[in-house]
Amino acid sequence: MSTYTSTLGGHRYRFDSLARLLAAASPERSGDRLAGLAADSAQQRVAARWALADVPLAQFLAEPVIPYEDDDVTRLIVDTHDLAAFAPVAALTVGGFREWLLSEAADAETLAAVSAGLTPEMVAAVSKLMGNADLVAVARKVRVVTAFRSTIGLPGRLATRLQPNHPTDDPAGVAAALLDGLLLGSGDAVIGINPATDSPKAVRDLLELLDGVIQRYQIPTQSCVLCHVTTSVDLMERGAPVDLVFQSIAGTQAANASFGVTLGLLDEAYAAAGELNRGTVGHNALYFETGQGSALSADAHHGVDQQTVEARAYAVARRYDPLLVNTVVGFIGPEYLYDGRQILRAALEDHFCGKLLGLPMGLDICYTNHADADDDDIATMLTMLGVAGASFVICTPGGDDIMLNYQSASYHDALYLREVLGLRPAPEFEAWLDGIGLLDERGAIRDVSGTAHPLTAIGKELAA
Amino acid sequence: MTDRQLSPLADDLTMWAALRRHTQARIGLGRAGSALPTRHRLELQAAHAAARDAVHSPFEPEVVAAGLTGEPTVRVRSAAGDRLTYLQRPDLGRRLDDIDRAHLPGGDWDLVFVVADGLSSRAVHEHAAPMVRATTALLDPGVRVAPVILAEQARVALGDDVAHAMGAAMVVVLIGERPGMSAADSLGAYLTYAPRPGTTTDADRNCLSNIRPPLGLSYETAASKLATLMGRARELGLTGVGLKDESDSPPLPLPVPSSGALPPNLRSSNAGGAGSFSPSGV
Repeated sequence: MSTYTSTLGGHRYRFDSLARLLAAASPERSGDRLAGLAADSAQQRVAARWALADVPLAQFLAEPVIPYEDDDVTRLIVDTHDLAAFAPVAALTVGGFREWLLSEAADAETLAAVSAGLTPEMVAAVSKLMGNADLVAVARKVRVVTAFRSTIGLPGRLATRLQPNHPTDDPAGVAAALLDGLLLGSGDAVIGINPATDSPKAVRDLLELLDGVIQRYQIPTQSCVLCHVTTSVDLMERGAPVDLVFQSIAGTQAANASFGVTLGLLDEAYAAAGELNRGTVGHNALYFETGQGSALSADAHHGVDQQTVEARAYAVARRYDPLLVNTVVGFIGPEYLYDGRQILRAALEDHFCGKLLGLPMGLDICYTNHADADDDDIATMLTMLGVAGASFVICTPGGDDIMLNYQSASYHDALYLREVLGLRPAPEFEAWLDGIGLLDERGAIRDVSGTAHPLTAIGKELAA
Repeated sequence: MTDRQLSPLADDLTMWAALRRHTQARIGLGRAGSALPTRHRLELQAAHAAARDAVHSPFEPEVVAAGLTGEPTVRVRSAAGDRLTYLQRPDLGRRLDDIDRAHLPGGDWDLVFVVADGLSSRAVHEHAAPMVRATTALLDPGVRVAPVILAEQARVALGDDVAHAMGAAMVVVLIGERPGMSAADSLGAYLTYAPRPGTTTDADRNCLSNIRPPLGLSYETAASKLATLMGRARELGLTGVGLKDESDSPPLPLPVPSSGALPPNLRSSNAGGAGSFSPSGV
């Protein structure tokens, strides 16, 4: 391991490894303090950034933050690294990389071409030298387009996950929340339910409910009931209508083990989902969720700061050409991200890192009620991530998830974002919305409350 | 645009009213442009305020002590000196302040109750004393119950430290759960047999969540489950995954994740499965 040093304010700071340097250079965050990895002082933090700016990108290939022998995510990162794609940036330092990313030379095509040559640690490192505006400016240039029954990530588009959760998986309760979301123009990324149990029967019932609505109204979208990957594989074998295969993933082998997954299991699920071939306009069939703090929470972080570990989860994700990846940014609680400021920063970092690594990044912009955050933080985050070109956001009725007891963006928030930034839904979904009479003459979602809309048949049947 | 100004038609109102019988989700809220109508915006803020106040309201041990009608109590604090530290440093919230540890009454106790503020003092003020009373009423007269410990800035594992320092065989931690927008006063009960600070994990505990009459679990039902679990724990010499709740009772009401440290996989599996429920953050 190398030693990294810099001098600031007459004091010489020394960092004993790349992992220590990355952690000390991270913006202040409660999770890194909890792990004992954060900088001891504001000056040490900046000193770490000075030292990090001089590190050649190639050093990240020479010094893995978690040893190759100890961790299959490291092996995945090293073994799949594309040296040819890396060539255009191989001579840069982290500081130089930041300037290159911000320059006109790094346009959408160039960034897409270099993506396979970048490792999670490289993009995490450069993010630590970037301001929030830098993270927006660069992420905005990156385009990642995926498709299943709708196309996600096109310029000028913003998709949403409609999340009609219910604490006891009551079908009528789910359908009621589903109707609410559809009438507000939501659901083009996925209609996705977090079930209350992982029981295959309960999951199958919900899958059939969603599949029934999608088929009956010919909605160009996909469903997902977010169960463990082994449950999905099992259900696929038994003929259940599985569109997307879901899994929570993390950036170390041990953290993935705490989720009950291995790369082998994910390989299997990827193959099984591919065989089903239920997509119409594309074949990206996986859906991953991630979030800073999960490796620390599982005591599986190997002394690596929480943002760098999070970026490593994206290396896992990109192996499987997912339709959707989202960071559940404020979900785990204030011991990892303390307040709105830390959650915003993490959201921008995650989105930037995921995009640079070639992923269709969306966000669950959210907080728990014991974090120091409120609905104004949601609005701030939404606006910045909308400008940054997020592929999709997660939306719940009124921004209040009654199943998971946390606050997220609402269907109304998505309407706001589309309106102020001139963003439109996924093209196939937009055409469907128009066909079913939900778009007004400007292409905005019509307010149909109080009118006899065909979709309300769903509600009338339930209410009867 | 003009139809946005119209009042909802009667049948639309009837439809949403009927649908709300099926879910507490905030559906059919209507619109002001793209945004929420004023009334619904303020209702959300009121619910959030209740949750925030529950997290930050100071713990008043005397409120709980007053409800215990004469039972001896001892007040302790965790090593987390204030709320800000408590929220960011769960490790400190799990450890007793050293001075307090030295003053705990040692003895040949079978059981100690630790009333811990957790993430909702309100839950503790309202429900902890009745729960202690309801549970002790069901215990065999021979069970030696230690003075009730009232713990400030405390997480679940603080009970391990307390029980170990006092020489108690079993600990019940009654703790304020993470407040949701529709429940800011939910109490959790965690039972641990032979706790050892630092080695006991969440897999070694049994948990009852959402004690919150009249909407959640009643004191009687929770106490009866707890007493049954305690009896089984003494027979088996363990708590946790090896001890299942087999008491015959109706299914629990709405599951409330009680943790401040829910890993994201809980979004796929709230009630168990791989990765599984981790109450450590409370």
